[in-house]
Amino acid sequence: MMQATEAILALPAAATPYADKVDGLFWALTGVCGFVTIGITLTIAYFCFRYRRGTPVNRKLPDLASGKRRSRRIETVWILVPLAFFFIFFGWGARLYYIYDDPPRNALAIYVTAKQWMWKVEHSNGRREINELHVPVDRPIKLVMTSQDVIHDFYVPAFREKRDVLPGRYTVLWFEPTLRGVYPLRCDEYCGTAHSLMTGTVYVMSEGDYGRWLASGSEEPTLARLGFDRFRELGCSGCHGPSSTLHAPSLAGLYGRMVPLADGTFVRFDEAYIRDKILQPAKQIPAGYANDMPSFQGRVSQQDILELTAFLRSLANTSPDVPQGNHLP
Amino acid sequence: MSASAEAVGRRANDTDSEVGLWIFLASEVMFFGLLFYGYTITRINHPQAFADASAHTDLLLGSVNAFVLFTSSLTMALAARSLRLGAQRASVRLLAATLALGILFLAIKCYEYHVDIESHLVPWGDFAVSGRLAGGERLFFFMYFVMTGAHAIHLTVGLGVLSVMLVGVARGTYTEQNSQAVELAALYWALVDTVWIFLYPILYLVHRP
Amino acid sequence: MSTAIAEPAAPEPQSNYLTNGYSLWSWLTTTDHKRIAILYGVTITAFFFIGGAAATLMRLELVSPTPILMSAGTYNKLFTAHGVIMVWFFLIPSIPATLGNFLIPLMVGAKDVALPRVNLLSWYVFALGGCFVIVTLIAGGIDTGWTFYTPYSTRFSQTQVIYGLVGVFVTGFSSIMTGLNFIVTVHRLRAPGLTWFRLPLFVWAIYATSIILVLATPVLAMTLLLLAMQRVFGLGIFDATLGGDPVLFQHMFWFYSHPAVYIMVLPAMGVASEVITCFARKPVFGYRTMAYAIAAIAAFGFMVWGHHMFVAGQSLYASLVFSFLSYIVAIPSAIKVFNWTATLYKGSITFEAPMLYALGFVGLFLIGGLTGLYLASLGMDVDLSRTYFVVAHFHYIMVGGSVMAYFAGLHFWWPKITGKLYSESGSRLAAIVIFVGFNLTFFPQFILGIEGMPRRYFEYSPHFQFLNILSSAGASILAAGYVLPLIYLTWSALHGARAPDNPWGAKGLEWQTRSPPPVENFDAPPSIPERPYDYDPEAAEEARR
Repeated sequence: MMQATEAILALPAAATPYADKVDGLFWALTGVCGFVTIGITLTIAYFCFRYRRGTPVNRKLPDLASGKRRSRRIETVWILVPLAFFFIFFGWGARLYYIYDDPPRNALAIYVTAKQWMWKVEHSNGRREINELHVPVDRPIKLVMTSQDVIHDFYVPAFREKRDVLPGRYTVLWFEPTLRGVYPLRCDEYCGTAHSLMTGTVYVMSEGDYGRWLASGSEEPTLARLGFDRFRELGCSGCHGPSSTLHAPSLAGLYGRMVPLADGTFVRFDEAYIRDKILQPAKQIPAGYANDMPSFQGRVSQQDILELTAFLRSLANTSPDVPQGNHLP
Repeated sequence: MSASAEAVGRRANDTDSEVGLWIFLASEVMFFGLLFYGYTITRINHPQAFADASAHTDLLLGSVNAFVLFTSSLTMALAARSLRLGAQRASVRLLAATLALGILFLAIKCYEYHVDIESHLVPWGDFAVSGRLAGGERLFFFMYFVMTGAHAIHLTVGLGVLSVMLVGVARGTYTEQNSQAVELAALYWALVDTVWIFLYPILYLVHRP
Repeated sequence: MSTAIAEPAAPEPQSNYLTNGYSLWSWLTTTDHKRIAILYGVTITAFFFIGGAAATLMRLELVSPTPILMSAGTYNKLFTAHGVIMVWFFLIPSIPATLGNFLIPLMVGAKDVALPRVNLLSWYVFALGGCFVIVTLIAGGIDTGWTFYTPYSTRFSQTQVIYGLVGVFVTGFSSIMTGLNFIVTVHRLRAPGLTWFRLPLFVWAIYATSIILVLATPVLAMTLLLLAMQRVFGLGIFDATLGGDPVLFQHMFWFYSHPAVYIMVLPAMGVASEVITCFARKPVFGYRTMAYAIAAIAAFGFMVWGHHMFVAGQSLYASLVFSFLSYIVAIPSAIKVFNWTATLYKGSITFEAPMLYALGFVGLFLIGGLTGLYLASLGMDVDLSRTYFVVAHFHYIMVGGSVMAYFAGLHFWWPKITGKLYSESGSRLAAIVIFVGFNLTFFPQFILGIEGMPRRYFEYSPHFQFLNILSSAGASILAAGYVLPLIYLTWSALHGARAPDNPWGAKGLEWQTRSPPPVENFDAPPSIPERPYDYDPEAAEEARR
């Protein structure tokens, strides 16, 4: 019985340090809000009882002027005290959101494509899975997600995190699971008839198990390898390659860095930016370069972009000479 | 029942209608405001496409139309003023002029739509522009048709109102003492005009070399 | 009055707005704000029970984690119908268009609203929009959810989205007309001497609501128009395949729909202020602060829409600002709860049905408001948004808040509106049944959300079943609770005892006239009190002894 109650009334496991932090905020909020709820309810009940009609109690109201002064004072208190708590909760929530919104640079990237009604996952070595996500424990994982149709939302209650998965755009969700286990994954943005069946499972496994799991299905070439092929087939190497005479930047070593733009701002060279440059190159011109690049809109598939991105990722730590593809397995 | 004296609260009067119309205009501003917001966000995402697409609009027709509409605003204001000063015949003539200018605006706009359709600038179906900016240019023309269309519908409603005013002033329903309706019509017409003041530059003048 | 004394030989029942013509035609062509209020009342009651039926079916289905009664498609259509009908065809018109329509002219001492014909037109427009929704339901319904998120609503849904959009679009104009009417009425038709700070808070609340109606509704209309065009013509600015932005739709939609929450809850706050002061026989605590709080909620309500998009890929800084402003908008709501509580202090309190509903409102609104603090906090929202926690939160605000307050107001002014009394015990029983049923329905949903059950789920993992059964059990109590007033109020309207002009000893201008009021509202000019809510608990005690 005890166990059954626990199963019904317990928070889901907290599988990341971030989830623990969220739980901290949750209990703080629940403590304060619970106290206020009970406090006010009891106050109302007490007033209703004590000042019900017919009880012989003092009901004399203060005269208008002093009443006004007193009510001002009381009201000031109950504006300022809640405000103080609100600032705390705002700051606390904002700090967590800042973590949530800022994946570490060394995070392991895994690509997620959502469609009605399944999750397609692709690991860096080309290993694919559907409605399942295998990740190593104790390592920051970054999901790079996009949708093929409607808006979905990748939600893992055990990580206390979710992020919408949008068509025509990449969104990122990151986490660092520290607790091995099996956790449910749910779609949390209504996406049509079988929305409630668009669920899956996240397996958090040891580094070794993950490596073995990854290797067991990696007959296919890696994403980055495929991306290197695309890089040549699509003619990217014509301008960004070693023998190019055109004034185009080398892309080696750029991934993850901030690059200066012609308008004086900076942008991170990441999935979203790569995608934008391929599809809408005129949007954010890097400083020092002309707006020469053609758009590949309509010429590249979602898959091509994934592969190209994986290739550019693989160049993250190479010297900024030339993309060769030699370093690839 | 005799006690239900007039002092108990009065019926609505002219000033009430005017307050009502101003509130209605505020509502209209929000209505068009959303379109401007949508336009702005989309243009921020596609600056080049919007500049290029804007060059496909007919600057001459758009400018002539701007001139026509601004002139009609003048005649409308003068019509309301004439009526207030008791110059009924002048008011009728000015109202007729406003009506004519409004119809001219619509006629030019229809012709412009015709030209747009001929040159495949309708964003759905066979679109004239292809290439890397085609998507953004389609969105520009989508907004172009929605915004000018919404404006044209308001203008058409305005023409209906003006016709009623014209008949009313000619027949003497609206007079020097009873000029409220005409003034409210002028206010509405000013809104239609003001919307065009904003539409004209953002649709026709984005990037003209 | 002098004539009434001079001719005592004619004690015929005085004519009132209800006796002013009995034909259906006299109702359908009336420009009397009181009759229009009743037209609205009948219409929204019908929609309330249609929307409620949809909810009941959903709750029945959710008893089991696997399908038992219907297909997933049907379930999706049910929650969409429930949302669309309850939001646009019940909650938004509920207090403003019925109680507001009936009371605003009375409370400001006017004969009618400023633009009576526009008022009638607004009801016809509302009914026309309602017809579209009924047609949508008959033609098979919509499965997009009431939020109509694109691209699902534009490209993927196979249902009658366009009819539904047209219905909501059309209804928007009735909101604008109603709001416009109230603004002009409050500005222009106040009786001489009735200054802004002598107005009841109900008038303040409806006035603030009207401003939101007038400024936010056109935004919704245009947004839905753009959405409809995208669905019909296959492209538009929300179209990701052309480089458009589906999240832009969400921004536009919530720019209306968040203020819409305040459209639903501000009038409820107004009702609570009237009822609590009357049954505590005490002036409201901090009248001016209460009035400013209403204005602040209306103003800040326009600036928090982005808190619906914390996980939708909105920029960090936008989210920070929206989160901060969401906390700011909670301050005036908190003030109102504290002040209602303080109003009870040293009162002479009785517990007639309207007071029970109003106290229920305060308690449930309190919980709804406090759980809003979870969702305004960015880190917490990332976990809880779009789960059952959110469902529970906004039902506490909208059903626990707005519907409870609507019932409080309906019971409070019922004798004024109909001139009849209703069963006191029946109404108290209903208030308690609704309160209990409501909590049993929605409190478990907070826990479901915390445990990670997403909203709009047709099938769910078995370990959520216990709480779902609890919730469904509560829903059946709640449904019974809602049927009770329908029965005893109908009975009261037909056979109830005659109500006196001021059965509660209340202070508003509306109580100075007859029950039901005459066609032109007042037989004699009402006297304008020096200050609103001029109750005296000591005098009330004296009077009782």
